[in-house]
Amino acid sequence: MPDDPEFLQSTPLDALHRSLGARMVGFAGYAMPVQYGPGIIAEHLHCRAAAALFDVSHMGQASLFGPASAAALERLVPGDIAGLPPGRQRYTLLTNAAGGILDDLMVARLPADRLFLIANASRKAADFARIAAALPARVRFCPHEDRALLALQGPLAAAVLGRFAPEAVALPFMGVAETMLDGVPAIVSRSGYTGEDGFEISLPADRAEAVATRLLAEPELLPAGLGARDSLRLEAGLCLYGSDIDEGTTPIEAGLTWTIGKRRRMDWDFPGAAAIRDQLDNGAPRLRVGLRPEGRAPARAGTVIAGEDGSDAGIVTSGGFSPSLNAPIAMGYLRRDLAADGTRVNLLVRGKALPALVCQLPFLAHRYARLSSTKHA
Amino acid sequence: MTETRFTKDHEWVRLDGRIVTVGITEHAQQALGDLVFVELPEPGRTLAEGEACAVVESVKAASDVYAPLAGRVTEANAAVVEEPALVNREPTGAGWFFRLELDDPSAVTALMDEAGYAAFLETI
Repeated sequence: MPDDPEFLQSTPLDALHRSLGARMVGFAGYAMPVQYGPGIIAEHLHCRAAAALFDVSHMGQASLFGPASAAALERLVPGDIAGLPPGRQRYTLLTNAAGGILDDLMVARLPADRLFLIANASRKAADFARIAAALPARVRFCPHEDRALLALQGPLAAAVLGRFAPEAVALPFMGVAETMLDGVPAIVSRSGYTGEDGFEISLPADRAEAVATRLLAEPELLPAGLGARDSLRLEAGLCLYGSDIDEGTTPIEAGLTWTIGKRRRMDWDFPGAAAIRDQLDNGAPRLRVGLRPEGRAPARAGTVIAGEDGSDAGIVTSGGFSPSLNAPIAMGYLRRDLAADGTRVNLLVRGKALPALVCQLPFLAHRYARLSSTKHA
Repeated sequence: MTETRFTKDHEWVRLDGRIVTVGITEHAQQALGDLVFVELPEPGRTLAEGEACAVVESVKAASDVYAPLAGRVTEANAAVVEEPALVNREPTGAGWFFRLELDDPSAVTALMDEAGYAAFLETI
């Protein structure tokens, strides 16, 4: 029932979306733009070629204050939070005792012993309750319900943002800073969910519409909705919580082993560490893979995957059409013995077996502003 | 007679002799968004009225298309299979789906006319 139109919450940009001709849909309890006039494919391709602005204010934002914040958060996540330098952010996971994934989130270290978190809209209430309950009294937890979040993504994102916040453009990939953006105090990180260079911009809710309007007046920039956000992240091979990862998938199966900090792999002191360590040592029974269906028919989430011998092989967790490749693409979990690049499998779509090839992720190379690549650019 | 008639499933039909041309309406293509895949019934297939007989997929989702009337498929439009975006551009012209030889051509009159369909769209 969370997406019943009568009970939807709205973001601070609701009026702007409607004035821009957005088609609004319910998502994680919020009325969100799924697309604007140009449509999902045009918005997607514009983000790859120039830059696009997404409203992601439905996502959860919160801060932990105090010198003990990192140690406290490490009780819940396998990431190295204590070792996170100031001005950097890290992708990490909330895990349960079985090694399943409760959510994926971004954690940034800001000055003055502050950790700044961004969580999924559908999980934020549960995440924040779990985090708040695990904190010692000397760590203060503060959810930011009064903040908006914009994602400015694409190869021209830095050129656009540089006109309003020149310091933000100096950030490398996964760098984060508090800065002024057109006179508004913002927390800007160089990150995103598209595989492109770009920024995520946290702002006071009451200033968000003015800032978004100013940004959208720049000629390179178009607004893009959740439809393009989903097709962009799928091309980039990035997980969608609730589809590709959930409480029944582990970081090892999901190909997120890299999120487990080196030091954390010595101490194994996070929730689900025993189960995760066992999979790391002995191999996971299934692995997340990319799939390229032959032909043009997309294979959607829930599509059963069979081996060439007809045996049960796995399931598609995200599937659709890649505007950049002009072809269907999918992600899913496959039995480990079938998960190698180039393996042929069958996707059971509407009673027919569609041949597909297992492939590496991402489908499209990431174009992040990494320190090494900026140095040599 | 070349009058266009409409179904509540947002298909249009145009009768020529015993044969109707079938497609989806402007409203349907807008609601679906960018189409990326179309699957049509093979010529020769016999369809019952209301039978799911074609599939359209947008970036976001797959939807069925239903036979507006009972009959036998005489032709499928290869152009929309080749280029699904043609349905978005010209849903009631070059973006037609298939042709159907009707069991009973007079059944067309049971479908909505243009004014009836416009009134129906107001109710949804």
